[in-house]
Amino acid sequence: MQRPSDDRLQIPLSALNQYAYCPRRCFLIHGEGEFRDNVHTVSGTLEHEQVDRQAGESKAGVRVEYALPVWSDALGLSGRCDVVEFHPDGAIYPVEYKHGKRKQWDNDDLQLTAQALCLEEMTGKPVTTGAIFHQQSKRRREVAFDDNLRRAVKSAVVAVQALLSSAACPPPLCGIDARRCGECSLRGICQPELIGSDRELEQLSQTLFEPEEELP
Amino acid sequence: MTLLQNTLYVTTPDAYLRLEGETVCVMVEQQRRLQVPLHHLGALVLFDHVMLSPALLGRCAEDGRSVVWLNRSGRFQARLEGPVNGNILLRQAQFRTAEDGRAALVLARATVAGKLRNSRQVLMRGAREAKSGADRDTLVKAARLLAIQIRKLPQAETLDALRGFEGDGARLYFESLPAVMREPVREQFPFEARSRRPPRDAFNALISFLYALVLADCRAALETVGLDPQLGFLHAVRPGRPALALDLLEEFRAPLADRLALTLINRGQIQPGDFDCREGGAVLLNDKGRKTVITAYQERKQETLTHPLLQQDTPIGLLPHIQARLLARFLRQDVRAYVPYLQR
Ligand code: SF4
Repeated sequence: MQRPSDDRLQIPLSALNQYAYCPRRCFLIHGEGEFRDNVHTVSGTLEHEQVDRQAGESKAGVRVEYALPVWSDALGLSGRCDVVEFHPDGAIYPVEYKHGKRKQWDNDDLQLTAQALCLEEMTGKPVTTGAIFHQQSKRRREVAFDDNLRRAVKSAVVAVQALLSSAACPPPLCGIDARRCGECSLRGICQPELIGSDRELEQLSQTLFEPEEELP
Repeated sequence: MTLLQNTLYVTTPDAYLRLEGETVCVMVEQQRRLQVPLHHLGALVLFDHVMLSPALLGRCAEDGRSVVWLNRSGRFQARLEGPVNGNILLRQAQFRTAEDGRAALVLARATVAGKLRNSRQVLMRGAREAKSGADRDTLVKAARLLAIQIRKLPQAETLDALRGFEGDGARLYFESLPAVMREPVREQFPFEARSRRPPRDAFNALISFLYALVLADCRAALETVGLDPQLGFLHAVRPGRPALALDLLEEFRAPLADRLALTLINRGQIQPGDFDCREGGAVLLNDKGRKTVITAYQERKQETLTHPLLQQDTPIGLLPHIQARLLARFLRQDVRAYVPYLQR
Protein backbone atom coordinates (compact mmCIF):
# COMPACT_ATOMS: atom_id res chain seq x y z
CA MET A 1 0.00 0.00 0.00
CA GLN A 2 1.40 3.40 -0.97
CA ARG A 3 1.13 6.10 1.61
CA PRO A 4 1.92 9.77 1.13
CA SER A 5 5.00 10.77 3.04
CA ASP A 6 3.16 12.80 5.67
CA ASP A 7 0.89 9.83 6.25
CA ARG A 8 3.64 7.33 6.85
CA LEU A 9 2.75 4.49 9.12
CA GLN A 10 3.98 5.43 12.58
CA ILE A 11 4.99 2.41 14.53
CA PRO A 12 4.37 2.29 18.25
CA LEU A 13 7.51 1.34 20.13
CA SER A 14 5.73 -1.52 21.81
CA ALA A 15 5.04 -3.04 18.38
CA LEU A 16 8.73 -3.79 18.02
CA ASN A 17 8.66 -5.73 21.21
CA GLN A 18 5.56 -7.63 20.13
CA TYR A 19 7.12 -8.32 16.77
CA ALA A 20 10.23 -9.81 18.29
CA TYR A 21 8.04 -11.95 20.52
CA CYS A 22 5.77 -13.09 17.72
CA PRO A 23 4.90 -11.37 14.41
CA ARG A 24 1.37 -12.68 14.61
CA ARG A 25 0.91 -11.12 18.02
CA CYS A 26 2.19 -7.84 16.63
CA PHE A 27 -0.29 -7.98 13.79
CA LEU A 28 -3.23 -8.92 15.99
CA ILE A 29 -2.56 -6.06 18.37
CA HIS A 30 -1.45 -3.28 16.07
CA GLY A 31 -2.86 -4.38 12.73
CA GLU A 32 -6.22 -5.71 13.79
CA GLY A 33 -6.65 -3.65 16.92
CA GLU A 34 -7.67 -6.73 18.83
CA PHE A 35 -6.28 -5.74 22.11
CA ARG A 36 -7.48 -2.55 23.55
CA ASP A 37 -5.97 -2.43 26.98
CA ASN A 38 -2.32 -2.83 26.48
CA VAL A 39 -0.89 -4.86 29.33
CA HIS A 40 2.44 -3.27 28.81
CA THR A 41 1.64 0.29 29.79
CA VAL A 42 3.19 1.07 33.12
CA SER A 43 0.99 3.31 35.17
CA GLY A 44 0.05 3.86 38.75
CA THR A 45 1.90 5.71 41.42
CA LEU A 46 2.86 2.57 43.26
CA GLU A 47 5.18 1.48 40.55
CA HIS A 48 6.61 4.94 40.27
CA GLU A 49 7.40 4.93 43.95
CA GLN A 50 9.51 1.88 43.38
CA VAL A 51 11.18 3.73 40.57
CA ASP A 52 11.95 6.65 42.85
CA ARG A 53 13.57 4.46 45.42
CA GLN A 54 15.59 2.86 42.73
CA ALA A 55 16.60 6.24 41.31
CA GLY A 56 17.49 7.52 44.78
CA GLU A 57 20.23 4.97 44.97
CA SER A 58 22.01 6.53 42.05
CA LYS A 59 23.89 9.77 42.22
CA ALA A 60 22.21 12.92 43.39
CA GLY A 61 21.20 15.48 40.80
CA VAL A 62 19.64 12.92 38.50
CA ARG A 63 16.47 14.21 36.94
CA VAL A 64 13.90 11.51 36.27
CA GLU A 65 11.12 11.75 33.69
CA TYR A 66 8.25 9.26 33.84
CA ALA A 67 6.16 8.15 30.91
CA LEU A 68 8.10 10.43 28.61
CA PRO A 69 6.77 10.70 25.06
CA VAL A 70 9.52 9.90 22.58
CA TRP A 71 9.66 9.63 18.81
CA SER A 72 11.88 9.32 15.81
CA ASP A 73 10.78 10.94 12.58
CA ALA A 74 13.66 9.33 10.77
CA LEU A 75 12.50 5.83 11.70
CA GLY A 76 8.79 6.48 11.93
CA LEU A 77 8.55 5.45 15.57
CA SER A 78 6.75 6.86 18.53
CA GLY A 79 5.87 5.84 22.03
CA ARG A 80 6.67 6.39 25.63
CA CYS A 81 9.56 5.58 27.90
CA ASP A 82 8.64 4.32 31.36
CA VAL A 83 11.57 6.19 32.85
CA VAL A 84 14.38 8.32 31.47
CA GLU A 85 17.17 9.49 33.76
CA PHE A 86 19.00 12.68 32.85
CA HIS A 87 22.30 12.59 34.70
CA PRO A 88 24.34 15.68 35.67
CA ASP A 89 27.18 14.54 33.45
CA GLY A 90 24.82 14.71 30.44
CA ALA A 91 24.20 11.00 30.19
CA ILE A 92 20.70 10.00 29.13
CA TYR A 93 19.62 6.68 30.47
CA PRO A 94 16.29 5.01 29.61
CA VAL A 95 14.88 2.39 31.96
CA GLU A 96 12.18 -0.02 30.88
CA TYR A 97 10.02 -1.66 33.54
CA LYS A 98 9.01 -5.26 33.18
CA HIS A 99 6.47 -7.06 35.31
CA GLY A 100 7.67 -10.57 34.93
CA LYS A 101 10.89 -12.41 35.37
CA ARG A 102 13.60 -12.25 32.82
CA LYS A 103 12.44 -13.72 29.54
CA GLN A 104 14.42 -15.98 27.30
CA TRP A 105 14.13 -13.75 24.29
CA ASP A 106 15.63 -10.35 23.82
CA ASN A 107 12.58 -8.42 22.69
CA ASP A 108 12.95 -6.11 25.70
CA ASP A 109 16.43 -5.09 24.60
CA LEU A 110 15.16 -4.28 21.16
CA GLN A 111 12.46 -2.01 22.51
CA LEU A 112 14.90 -0.26 24.83
CA THR A 113 17.33 0.32 21.99
CA ALA A 114 14.53 1.80 19.93
CA GLN A 115 13.84 4.20 22.79
CA ALA A 116 17.50 5.16 22.80
CA LEU A 117 17.42 5.90 19.08
CA CYS A 118 14.41 8.13 19.63
CA LEU A 119 16.12 9.94 22.50
CA GLU A 120 19.21 10.50 20.38
CA GLU A 121 17.20 12.02 17.58
CA MET A 122 15.22 14.20 19.99
CA THR A 123 18.16 15.52 21.99
CA GLY A 124 20.98 15.30 19.48
CA LYS A 125 23.08 13.58 22.13
CA PRO A 126 24.41 10.05 22.18
CA VAL A 127 22.58 7.54 24.33
CA THR A 128 24.85 4.62 25.03
CA THR A 129 23.34 2.56 27.83
CA GLY A 130 20.04 1.91 29.52
CA ALA A 131 18.51 -0.71 31.75
CA ILE A 132 15.69 -3.17 32.08
CA PHE A 133 14.22 -3.22 35.56
CA HIS A 134 12.53 -6.45 36.53
CA GLN A 135 9.95 -5.70 39.14
CA GLN A 136 9.70 -9.22 40.42
CA SER A 137 13.37 -9.59 41.21
CA LYS A 138 13.93 -5.84 41.75
CA ARG A 139 17.01 -6.09 39.58
CA ARG A 140 18.36 -3.78 36.97
CA ARG A 141 20.06 -5.23 33.96
CA GLU A 142 22.22 -2.86 31.96
CA VAL A 143 21.95 -2.88 28.20
CA ALA A 144 24.64 -1.31 26.02
CA PHE A 145 23.28 -0.06 22.73
CA ASP A 146 25.82 -1.59 20.41
CA ASP A 147 25.79 -1.62 16.62
CA ASN A 148 24.14 -5.02 16.50
CA LEU A 149 21.18 -3.85 18.52
CA ARG A 150 20.87 -0.64 16.54
CA ARG A 151 20.87 -2.55 13.28
CA ALA A 152 18.34 -5.00 14.67
CA VAL A 153 16.00 -2.12 15.53
CA LYS A 154 16.26 -0.65 12.07
CA SER A 155 15.49 -3.91 10.34
CA ALA A 156 12.67 -4.66 12.78
CA VAL A 157 11.12 -1.27 12.00
CA VAL A 158 11.17 -2.03 8.29
CA ALA A 159 9.68 -5.46 8.90
CA VAL A 160 6.94 -4.15 11.18
CA GLN A 161 6.06 -1.42 8.72
CA ALA A 162 5.70 -4.00 5.97
CA LEU A 163 3.69 -6.26 8.26
CA LEU A 164 1.24 -3.62 9.42
CA SER A 165 0.58 -2.26 5.97
CA SER A 166 -0.18 -5.70 4.61
CA ALA A 167 -3.55 -7.35 4.93
CA ALA A 168 -2.37 -10.81 5.87
CA CYS A 169 -1.97 -12.10 9.36
CA PRO A 170 1.23 -14.10 9.86
CA PRO A 171 0.82 -17.74 10.87
CA PRO A 172 1.10 -18.78 14.51
CA LEU A 173 4.47 -19.64 15.96
CA CYS A 174 5.51 -23.21 15.45
CA GLY A 175 8.20 -25.58 16.58
CA ILE A 176 10.16 -24.59 19.62
CA ASP A 177 8.91 -21.00 19.43
CA ALA A 178 5.37 -22.25 20.05
CA ARG A 179 6.12 -22.48 23.76
CA ARG A 180 5.73 -18.70 23.84
CA CYS A 181 2.05 -19.24 23.11
CA GLY A 182 1.74 -20.63 26.62
CA GLU A 183 2.21 -17.26 28.25
CA CYS A 184 0.77 -15.15 25.47
CA SER A 185 -2.24 -13.13 26.57
CA LEU A 186 -3.68 -13.21 23.06
CA ARG A 187 -3.93 -16.94 22.93
CA GLY A 188 -7.71 -16.98 23.06
CA ILE A 189 -7.97 -14.54 20.18
CA CYS A 190 -5.16 -15.99 18.12
CA GLN A 191 -6.32 -19.58 18.45
CA PRO A 192 -3.06 -21.13 17.34
CA GLU A 193 -4.66 -24.59 17.64
CA LEU A 194 -7.43 -23.68 15.27
CA ILE A 195 -5.12 -22.17 12.70
CA GLY A 196 -2.62 -24.94 13.22
CA SER A 197 -5.38 -27.35 12.29
CA ASP A 198 -5.64 -25.82 8.82
CA ARG A 199 -5.19 -29.18 7.15
CA GLU A 200 -7.80 -30.74 9.40
CA LEU A 201 -10.14 -27.88 8.56
CA GLU A 202 -9.68 -28.49 4.88
CA GLN A 203 -10.35 -32.19 5.31
CA LEU A 204 -13.45 -31.48 7.32
CA SER A 205 -14.69 -29.08 4.70
CA GLN A 206 -14.31 -31.79 2.10
CA THR A 207 -16.47 -34.19 4.08
CA LEU A 208 -18.91 -31.48 5.09
CA PHE A 209 -21.61 -32.80 2.81
CA GLU A 210 -21.05 -36.41 3.83
CA PRO A 211 -22.85 -36.91 7.15
CA GLU A 212 -21.82 -40.04 9.02
CA GLU A 213 -24.16 -42.97 8.78
CA GLU A 214 -24.15 -43.76 12.48
CA LEU A 215 -27.83 -44.49 12.74
CA PRO A 216 -28.99 -46.63 15.64
CA MET B 1 -12.09 -14.47 25.17
CA THR B 2 -10.75 -17.41 27.12
CA LEU B 3 -13.10 -16.47 29.89
CA LEU B 4 -16.78 -16.76 29.25
CA GLN B 5 -18.29 -13.74 30.81
CA ASN B 6 -21.85 -13.76 31.92
CA THR B 7 -24.68 -12.03 30.24
CA LEU B 8 -26.94 -10.16 32.60
CA TYR B 9 -30.53 -10.60 31.48
CA VAL B 10 -33.00 -8.22 33.08
CA THR B 11 -36.63 -9.07 32.51
CA THR B 12 -38.30 -7.08 35.29
CA PRO B 13 -40.18 -4.20 33.69
CA ASP B 14 -39.23 -0.77 35.03
CA ALA B 15 -36.01 -2.00 36.57
CA TYR B 16 -33.30 0.62 36.78
CA LEU B 17 -29.64 -0.27 36.34
CA ARG B 18 -26.91 1.96 37.60
CA LEU B 19 -23.17 1.99 37.95
CA GLU B 20 -21.89 1.79 41.50
CA GLY B 21 -18.12 1.72 41.63
CA GLU B 22 -17.13 -1.31 39.63
CA THR B 23 -20.52 -2.96 39.92
CA VAL B 24 -23.91 -2.86 38.27
CA CYS B 25 -26.80 -2.34 40.63
CA VAL B 26 -30.24 -3.51 39.61
CA MET B 27 -32.91 -1.39 41.32
CA VAL B 28 -36.58 -2.27 41.33
CA GLU B 29 -38.96 0.19 42.98
CA GLN B 30 -36.12 1.95 44.78
CA GLN B 31 -34.85 -1.33 46.16
CA ARG B 32 -31.57 -2.93 45.37
CA ARG B 33 -32.31 -6.36 43.94
CA LEU B 34 -28.93 -7.39 42.63
CA GLN B 35 -25.36 -6.20 42.49
CA VAL B 36 -22.90 -7.73 40.02
CA PRO B 37 -19.24 -6.88 39.48
CA LEU B 38 -18.79 -5.37 36.03
CA HIS B 39 -15.83 -7.54 35.17
CA HIS B 40 -18.05 -10.61 35.36
CA LEU B 41 -20.27 -9.25 32.63
CA GLY B 42 -19.71 -9.47 28.91
CA ALA B 43 -23.10 -8.15 27.91
CA LEU B 44 -26.38 -6.80 29.21
CA VAL B 45 -29.61 -7.95 27.64
CA LEU B 46 -32.63 -5.95 28.68
CA PHE B 47 -36.25 -6.76 28.02
CA ASP B 48 -39.05 -4.25 27.85
CA HIS B 49 -38.75 -1.06 29.79
CA VAL B 50 -35.49 -1.46 31.60
CA MET B 51 -33.55 1.75 32.14
CA LEU B 52 -29.86 2.39 32.44
CA SER B 53 -28.09 5.27 34.10
CA PRO B 54 -26.04 7.43 31.74
CA ALA B 55 -22.92 6.54 33.73
CA LEU B 56 -23.48 2.83 33.21
CA LEU B 57 -24.25 3.35 29.54
CA GLY B 58 -21.05 5.36 29.12
CA ARG B 59 -19.01 2.77 30.91
CA CYS B 60 -20.39 -0.07 28.77
CA ALA B 61 -19.64 1.87 25.61
CA GLU B 62 -16.12 2.52 26.79
CA ASP B 63 -15.41 -1.11 27.63
CA GLY B 64 -17.03 -2.45 24.48
CA ARG B 65 -19.58 -4.31 26.57
CA SER B 66 -22.68 -4.83 24.54
CA VAL B 67 -26.07 -3.65 25.70
CA VAL B 68 -29.03 -5.04 23.81
CA TRP B 69 -32.69 -4.22 24.22
CA LEU B 70 -35.24 -6.85 23.27
CA ASN B 71 -38.98 -6.67 23.45
CA ARG B 72 -41.00 -9.16 25.50
CA SER B 73 -40.91 -11.87 22.90
CA GLY B 74 -37.21 -11.46 22.32
CA ARG B 75 -37.37 -9.35 19.17
CA PHE B 76 -34.39 -7.12 18.76
CA GLN B 77 -35.05 -3.45 19.42
CA ALA B 78 -31.85 -1.59 19.96
CA ARG B 79 -28.23 -2.00 20.80
CA LEU B 80 -25.52 0.17 22.25
CA GLU B 81 -22.56 0.61 20.02
CA GLY B 82 -19.31 2.06 21.31
CA PRO B 83 -16.51 3.28 19.08
CA VAL B 84 -16.27 1.11 15.97
CA ASN B 85 -13.80 -1.57 16.79
CA GLY B 86 -12.03 -4.21 14.85
CA ASN B 87 -10.42 -3.66 11.62
CA ILE B 88 -11.49 -1.99 8.45
CA LEU B 89 -9.29 -4.40 6.49
CA LEU B 90 -11.30 -7.30 7.85
CA ARG B 91 -14.56 -5.65 6.87
CA GLN B 92 -13.15 -4.96 3.41
CA ALA B 93 -12.35 -8.64 3.09
CA GLN B 94 -15.87 -9.48 4.22
CA PHE B 95 -17.36 -7.16 1.60
CA ARG B 96 -15.11 -8.49 -1.13
CA THR B 97 -16.12 -12.06 -0.33
CA ALA B 98 -19.79 -11.16 -0.32
CA GLU B 99 -19.45 -9.56 -3.74
CA ASP B 100 -17.65 -12.57 -5.13
CA GLY B 101 -20.64 -14.79 -5.91
CA ARG B 102 -18.58 -17.97 -5.92
CA ALA B 103 -16.98 -17.37 -2.53
CA ALA B 104 -20.27 -16.33 -0.99
CA LEU B 105 -21.90 -19.49 -2.28
CA VAL B 106 -19.18 -21.67 -0.76
CA LEU B 107 -19.73 -20.04 2.63
CA ALA B 108 -23.49 -20.23 2.35
CA ARG B 109 -23.27 -23.93 1.52
CA ALA B 110 -21.12 -24.57 4.57
CA THR B 111 -23.67 -22.73 6.69
CA VAL B 112 -26.58 -24.77 5.37
CA ALA B 113 -24.61 -27.99 5.76
CA GLY B 114 -23.93 -27.05 9.39
CA LYS B 115 -27.58 -26.32 9.97
CA LEU B 116 -28.88 -29.52 8.44
CA ARG B 117 -26.20 -31.74 9.95
CA ASN B 118 -26.87 -30.38 13.40
CA SER B 119 -30.61 -30.77 12.90
CA ARG B 120 -30.02 -34.33 11.87
CA GLN B 121 -27.99 -34.87 15.00
CA VAL B 122 -31.03 -33.91 17.09
CA LEU B 123 -33.14 -36.50 15.24
CA MET B 124 -30.53 -39.22 15.63
CA ARG B 125 -30.19 -38.60 19.31
CA GLY B 126 -33.96 -38.68 19.55
CA ALA B 127 -33.92 -42.01 17.73
CA ARG B 128 -31.38 -43.46 20.16
CA GLU B 129 -33.49 -42.39 23.11
CA ALA B 130 -36.89 -43.20 21.58
CA LYS B 131 -39.30 -45.16 23.77
CA SER B 132 -41.34 -46.65 20.94
CA GLY B 133 -40.33 -48.44 17.79
CA ALA B 134 -42.62 -46.25 15.72
CA ASP B 135 -40.92 -43.06 16.89
CA ARG B 136 -37.56 -44.57 16.31
CA ASP B 137 -38.49 -45.52 12.76
CA THR B 138 -39.89 -42.06 12.05
CA LEU B 139 -36.69 -40.44 13.24
CA VAL B 140 -34.33 -42.82 11.47
CA LYS B 141 -36.24 -42.34 8.25
CA ALA B 142 -36.13 -38.56 8.57
CA ALA B 143 -32.42 -38.68 9.36
CA ARG B 144 -31.82 -40.71 6.18
CA LEU B 145 -33.78 -38.27 4.06
CA LEU B 146 -31.93 -35.39 5.64
CA ALA B 147 -28.62 -37.03 4.79
CA ILE B 148 -29.70 -37.22 1.15
CA GLN B 149 -30.59 -33.55 1.30
CA ILE B 150 -27.16 -32.71 2.73
CA ARG B 151 -25.37 -34.64 0.00
CA LYS B 152 -27.24 -32.59 -2.59
CA LEU B 153 -25.89 -29.28 -1.28
CA PRO B 154 -22.76 -29.18 -3.46
CA GLN B 155 -25.03 -29.32 -6.50
CA ALA B 156 -26.62 -26.01 -5.60
CA GLU B 157 -25.11 -23.58 -8.08
CA THR B 158 -27.07 -20.55 -6.96
CA LEU B 159 -28.13 -19.14 -3.63
CA ASP B 160 -31.76 -19.69 -4.56
CA ALA B 161 -31.19 -23.36 -5.30
CA LEU B 162 -29.35 -23.65 -2.00
CA ARG B 163 -32.18 -21.99 -0.12
CA GLY B 164 -34.53 -24.46 -1.78
CA PHE B 165 -32.56 -27.42 -0.42
CA GLU B 166 -32.38 -25.75 2.94
CA GLY B 167 -36.13 -25.21 3.05
CA ASP B 168 -36.82 -28.85 2.13
CA GLY B 169 -34.40 -30.05 4.78
CA ALA B 170 -35.87 -27.82 7.46
CA ARG B 171 -39.38 -29.02 6.64
CA LEU B 172 -38.33 -32.66 6.93
CA TYR B 173 -36.70 -31.95 10.24
CA PHE B 174 -39.59 -30.09 11.80
CA GLU B 175 -42.10 -32.66 10.58
CA SER B 176 -40.39 -35.42 12.51
CA LEU B 177 -39.42 -33.36 15.54
CA PRO B 178 -42.57 -34.27 17.56
CA ALA B 179 -41.22 -37.82 17.63
CA VAL B 180 -38.43 -36.53 19.87
CA MET B 181 -40.99 -35.29 22.38
CA ARG B 182 -42.16 -37.63 25.08
CA GLU B 183 -45.58 -39.14 24.49
CA PRO B 184 -47.62 -37.07 27.00
CA VAL B 185 -45.76 -33.90 26.14
CA ARG B 186 -46.61 -34.29 22.50
CA GLU B 187 -50.25 -33.70 23.30
CA GLN B 188 -49.53 -30.68 25.44
CA PHE B 189 -47.39 -29.14 22.74
CA PRO B 190 -49.02 -29.87 19.41
CA PHE B 191 -46.57 -28.79 16.76
CA GLU B 192 -46.92 -29.23 13.07
CA ALA B 193 -44.82 -26.73 11.23
CA ARG B 194 -42.67 -23.78 11.93
CA SER B 195 -44.64 -20.57 12.38
CA ARG B 196 -43.15 -17.19 13.08
CA ARG B 197 -44.17 -13.60 13.52
CA PRO B 198 -46.06 -14.42 15.60
CA PRO B 199 -45.65 -18.04 16.65
CA ARG B 200 -48.98 -19.84 16.61
CA ASP B 201 -48.35 -22.59 19.11
CA ALA B 202 -46.42 -22.98 22.33
CA PHE B 203 -43.49 -24.94 20.92
CA ASN B 204 -43.00 -22.41 18.16
CA ALA B 205 -43.13 -19.65 20.74
CA LEU B 206 -40.49 -21.45 22.77
CA ILE B 207 -38.03 -22.01 19.95
CA SER B 208 -38.59 -18.52 18.54
CA PHE B 209 -37.67 -17.04 21.87
CA LEU B 210 -34.57 -19.22 22.13
CA TYR B 211 -33.52 -18.30 18.59
CA ALA B 212 -33.73 -14.66 19.61
CA LEU B 213 -31.40 -15.29 22.55
CA VAL B 214 -28.90 -17.21 20.44
CA LEU B 215 -29.11 -14.58 17.70
CA ALA B 216 -28.20 -11.85 20.18
CA ASP B 217 -25.14 -13.91 21.15
CA CYS B 218 -24.18 -14.55 17.53
CA ARG B 219 -24.42 -10.87 16.76
CA ALA B 220 -22.28 -9.97 19.75
CA ALA B 221 -19.72 -12.59 18.75
CA LEU B 222 -19.43 -11.15 15.24
CA GLU B 223 -19.12 -7.63 16.53
CA THR B 224 -16.45 -8.70 18.97
CA VAL B 225 -14.24 -10.03 16.21
CA GLY B 226 -14.88 -6.93 14.09
CA LEU B 227 -17.16 -8.40 11.43
CA ASP B 228 -20.15 -6.47 10.17
CA PRO B 229 -23.24 -8.37 11.36
CA GLN B 230 -25.37 -6.88 8.60
CA LEU B 231 -23.54 -8.33 5.62
CA GLY B 232 -24.26 -12.01 5.23
CA PHE B 233 -23.60 -14.69 2.65
CA LEU B 234 -26.66 -16.90 2.87
CA HIS B 235 -29.08 -14.25 4.06
CA ALA B 236 -29.61 -11.39 1.69
CA VAL B 237 -28.83 -7.89 2.77
CA ARG B 238 -31.85 -5.89 3.89
CA PRO B 239 -31.93 -2.67 5.88
CA GLY B 240 -31.92 -3.38 9.57
CA ARG B 241 -31.43 -7.11 9.15
CA PRO B 242 -28.44 -8.72 10.84
CA ALA B 243 -27.83 -11.00 7.88
CA LEU B 244 -24.45 -12.37 8.98
CA ALA B 245 -25.72 -12.97 12.52
CA LEU B 246 -28.61 -14.90 10.97
CA ASP B 247 -26.11 -16.92 8.94
CA LEU B 248 -24.18 -17.78 12.07
CA LEU B 249 -27.40 -18.59 13.92
CA GLU B 250 -28.15 -21.36 11.41
CA GLU B 251 -25.36 -23.54 12.81
CA PHE B 252 -26.63 -23.13 16.33
CA ARG B 253 -30.41 -23.38 15.99
CA ALA B 254 -30.58 -27.12 16.54
CA PRO B 255 -27.83 -27.70 19.12
CA LEU B 256 -28.37 -24.59 21.25
CA ALA B 257 -32.06 -23.82 20.87
CA ASP B 258 -34.08 -26.81 19.66
CA ARG B 259 -32.34 -29.28 21.88
CA LEU B 260 -32.80 -27.09 24.93
CA ALA B 261 -36.46 -26.54 24.06
CA LEU B 262 -37.01 -30.29 23.83
CA THR B 263 -35.24 -30.90 27.13
CA LEU B 264 -37.28 -28.20 28.84
CA ILE B 265 -40.62 -29.63 27.78
CA ASN B 266 -39.62 -33.28 28.13
CA ARG B 267 -38.57 -32.65 31.71
CA GLY B 268 -41.66 -30.60 32.44
CA GLN B 269 -39.63 -27.51 33.28
CA ILE B 270 -41.72 -25.61 30.77
CA GLN B 271 -45.45 -26.27 30.71
CA PRO B 272 -48.45 -24.99 28.82
CA GLY B 273 -49.13 -22.57 31.69
CA ASP B 274 -45.92 -20.74 30.82
CA PHE B 275 -47.50 -19.32 27.68
CA ASP B 276 -50.12 -16.69 26.93
CA CYS B 277 -52.53 -17.34 24.09
CA ARG B 278 -53.64 -14.12 22.51
CA GLU B 279 -56.87 -13.33 20.76
CA GLY B 280 -56.56 -14.41 17.15
CA GLY B 281 -54.09 -17.23 17.69
CA ALA B 282 -50.68 -15.84 18.58
CA VAL B 283 -48.88 -17.66 21.40
CA LEU B 284 -46.10 -16.12 23.48
CA LEU B 285 -44.12 -17.06 26.54
CA ASN B 286 -45.33 -15.25 29.64
CA ASP B 287 -43.09 -13.65 32.29
CA LYS B 288 -42.65 -16.81 34.29
CA GLY B 289 -41.92 -18.84 31.18
CA ARG B 290 -39.37 -16.37 29.90
CA LYS B 291 -37.55 -16.44 33.21
CA THR B 292 -37.35 -20.22 33.20
CA VAL B 293 -36.06 -20.27 29.63
CA ILE B 294 -33.47 -17.56 30.20
CA THR B 295 -32.14 -19.26 33.31
CA ALA B 296 -31.90 -22.58 31.52
CA TYR B 297 -30.17 -21.00 28.54
CA GLN B 298 -27.71 -19.20 30.76
CA GLU B 299 -26.88 -22.44 32.57
CA ARG B 300 -26.48 -24.29 29.33
CA LYS B 301 -23.97 -21.73 28.11
CA GLN B 302 -21.76 -22.43 31.10
CA GLU B 303 -21.65 -26.16 30.44
CA THR B 304 -18.58 -27.38 28.62
CA LEU B 305 -17.98 -29.83 25.83
CA THR B 306 -14.91 -30.93 23.96
CA HIS B 307 -14.54 -28.78 20.89
CA PRO B 308 -14.07 -30.98 17.83
CA LEU B 309 -11.31 -28.81 16.37
CA LEU B 310 -9.67 -27.28 19.40
CA GLN B 311 -9.77 -30.57 21.27
CA GLN B 312 -10.24 -28.78 24.53
CA ASP B 313 -13.05 -28.22 26.98
CA THR B 314 -15.01 -25.26 25.77
CA PRO B 315 -17.98 -23.56 27.41
CA ILE B 316 -20.96 -23.88 25.12
CA GLY B 317 -21.50 -20.13 25.29
CA LEU B 318 -18.16 -19.57 23.58
CA LEU B 319 -19.02 -21.59 20.49
CA PRO B 320 -20.46 -18.64 18.54
CA HIS B 321 -17.31 -16.66 19.34
CA ILE B 322 -15.07 -19.43 18.11
CA GLN B 323 -17.04 -19.68 14.87
CA ALA B 324 -17.02 -15.91 14.40
CA ARG B 325 -13.28 -15.88 14.84
CA LEU B 326 -12.82 -18.78 12.47
CA LEU B 327 -14.93 -16.95 9.90
CA ALA B 328 -12.85 -13.81 10.32
CA ARG B 329 -9.68 -15.85 9.89
CA PHE B 330 -11.08 -17.43 6.76
CA LEU B 331 -12.09 -14.09 5.28
CA ARG B 332 -8.60 -12.78 5.98
CA GLN B 333 -7.21 -15.90 4.33
CA ASP B 334 -5.54 -16.99 7.50
CA VAL B 335 -7.03 -20.45 7.03
CA ARG B 336 -8.10 -22.16 3.85
CA ALA B 337 -11.54 -23.34 4.84
CA TYR B 338 -14.50 -22.33 6.92
CA VAL B 339 -16.16 -25.22 8.68
CA PRO B 340 -19.39 -24.70 10.57
CA TYR B 341 -19.79 -25.89 14.12
CA LEU B 342 -20.72 -29.55 13.95
CA GLN B 343 -22.43 -31.02 16.97
CA ARG B 344 -21.34 -34.53 17.79
S1 SF4 C 1 -0.68 -17.41 20.88
FE1 SF4 C 1 1.32 -17.87 19.98
S2 SF4 C 1 1.09 -17.55 17.79
FE2 SF4 C 1 -0.63 -16.57 18.80
S3 SF4 C 1 -0.03 -14.47 19.05
FE3 SF4 C 1 0.50 -15.52 20.95
S4 SF4 C 1 2.60 -16.18 20.68
FE4 SF4 C 1 1.83 -15.64 18.66
